[in-house]
Amino acid sequence: MIQRASLNTAHGLAVSDLTVSYNRIPALHHIAFEVGCGQCVALLGPNGAGKSTLLKALAGLLPRETGRIAFHGREVQGATQDFAYLPQREAIDWDFPTTVRGLVEMGRYLRVGWWRGYGREDEKAVDEAIAAMQLAPLAQRQISALSGGQQQRAFLARALAQQAHVFLLDEPFTGLDKPTQDNLKQLLRSLRDQGKLIIASHHDLASVRELFDQVILLNGELIAAGPIAEAFTDANLHQTYDTPTFAGPAAHHHHHGHGHH
Amino acid sequence: MDWLTEPFHHEFMLRSLITGALVGFLGGFLGGFVVLRRMSLMADSLSHSLLPGLAIGFILAGGLVPGALFGGGLFAALAVALGAQLISRSSRLKEDTALGILYTVSFSSGVVLIGLFKIPVSLTHWLFGNILGLSNTDLWMIWGISLVVVPLLAALQRPLLLTLFDPTVAASQGIRVNLLNFVLMICLVLTMIASLQAIGVIMLLGLLITPAATVYLLCDSYPKMLWGGGLIGMFGSCSGLLLSYRLNLPSGACIVLMLGVIFLAAYLFSPRYGLLLRLRRARHFHDESLARWPGAAPGDSPGKRP
Repeated sequence: MIQRASLNTAHGLAVSDLTVSYNRIPALHHIAFEVGCGQCVALLGPNGAGKSTLLKALAGLLPRETGRIAFHGREVQGATQDFAYLPQREAIDWDFPTTVRGLVEMGRYLRVGWWRGYGREDEKAVDEAIAAMQLAPLAQRQISALSGGQQQRAFLARALAQQAHVFLLDEPFTGLDKPTQDNLKQLLRSLRDQGKLIIASHHDLASVRELFDQVILLNGELIAAGPIAEAFTDANLHQTYDTPTFAGPAAHHHHHGHGHH
Repeated sequence: MDWLTEPFHHEFMLRSLITGALVGFLGGFLGGFVVLRRMSLMADSLSHSLLPGLAIGFILAGGLVPGALFGGGLFAALAVALGAQLISRSSRLKEDTALGILYTVSFSSGVVLIGLFKIPVSLTHWLFGNILGLSNTDLWMIWGISLVVVPLLAALQRPLLLTLFDPTVAASQGIRVNLLNFVLMICLVLTMIASLQAIGVIMLLGLLITPAATVYLLCDSYPKMLWGGGLIGMFGSCSGLLLSYRLNLPSGACIVLMLGVIFLAAYLFSPRYGLLLRLRRARHFHDESLARWPGAAPGDSPGKRP
């Protein structure tokens, strides 16, 4: 069931032997999986299972204790422009003085460099990203004047303008109503169809089949990874959710649920 | 118009005005970063911690030599800032508490050192500034610091924006967030050293954050916040100085008062985020809300809307 990474996947992401610890307590333990591009992948597991930790480790935000990450056959060290990490909405100062367009332009900054002005190509990339995420009528709005779903789309547009290939999303569907969720689903699918790889942590098991193509089941260890038909089974779910998460030796167990800060 | 041009005929006044313009611009420009990073307390702490730095510089250099404040101040401010980081990371105390402890202790030790070593510093000038008493060396130092800080921060504008907006995402894009924050802090300390003699410890924070806060209420653009803050700081400084000359009042207080008046105007009358606008807009949008259902009232047609 668990696919062992061989690090030679030409079109996709390969993770092998990934261990990440907080204070010597492993939050992720020897994780290995491979996933091809053009997929929507749900990252599932109980609180404290290491979902956010895996996303952050992929984004290069956490030091790896062991392990390798390869994308398109090339080894990834630390942070890369190919990966875009989308923060949870609570992490953002929405009163920041920027418009939707300004936010999307931020995606170009590192490609443009420190001094150079925007070229026609950059303008075009920004325009396209805004159009693809259906934000054109809102482009001049300050970002706090957006609804939750629109705010999420603005961040997706920024990642698009950055020309990222792997989108790492932390609980994107949390707190969205049904129409907004459907809209986000459609947009993520359109990204998938362009060959992007979407990896999103998710906690609502009932909507997994509708929203995603593949799952990664985590509980500190990797339980299963693969297409929904193969990996999203009752047995795997039982193993994932009915095993207490590991938060260190028994004395530390009151940290339960905070292991992924 | 004579009352406006007359001050410019005095060399000391012209000099103060140029210094004021420079210091005002520097403070206003940097203030954008201070406001967006919410480091007002940090800025206040750093300005207070310059005092023991001056005392240490005096003791080591054996007199009030020009480099004494610069070297000692930089050292003391960095010690407080890094010390607060160290305490907040190695204990359960939060950074604001650690800063509060360290800067008051640091300021107190400055006062004690000045008394013990009989350092000829006027605490009144230190606290409230004395822009008329600036030496040539002070002026050169202010020019030098401005010419380092403004171009450096302007060059780092884009990575700084990403860091200010969301440090986590910035780090995931390969930006060296900690290094940038450190550079920002050094620039802050340098700016304070430059403006200290002119407007004093107490007023420094006002010069730093009031212009930026004013622009923050006026627009939604980050570059405008930096350059606009600089311009407002410059204008407030110059007009405050003229006011202080006319009324024969302390310069630092007049500058901050002018900035305060400009801020109040923006707070009340800003076309985007002004208080009056909020009060005026507070009517019911009942018709607009109903207009979403052309023809039928919502109770009649519970169908789905996009």
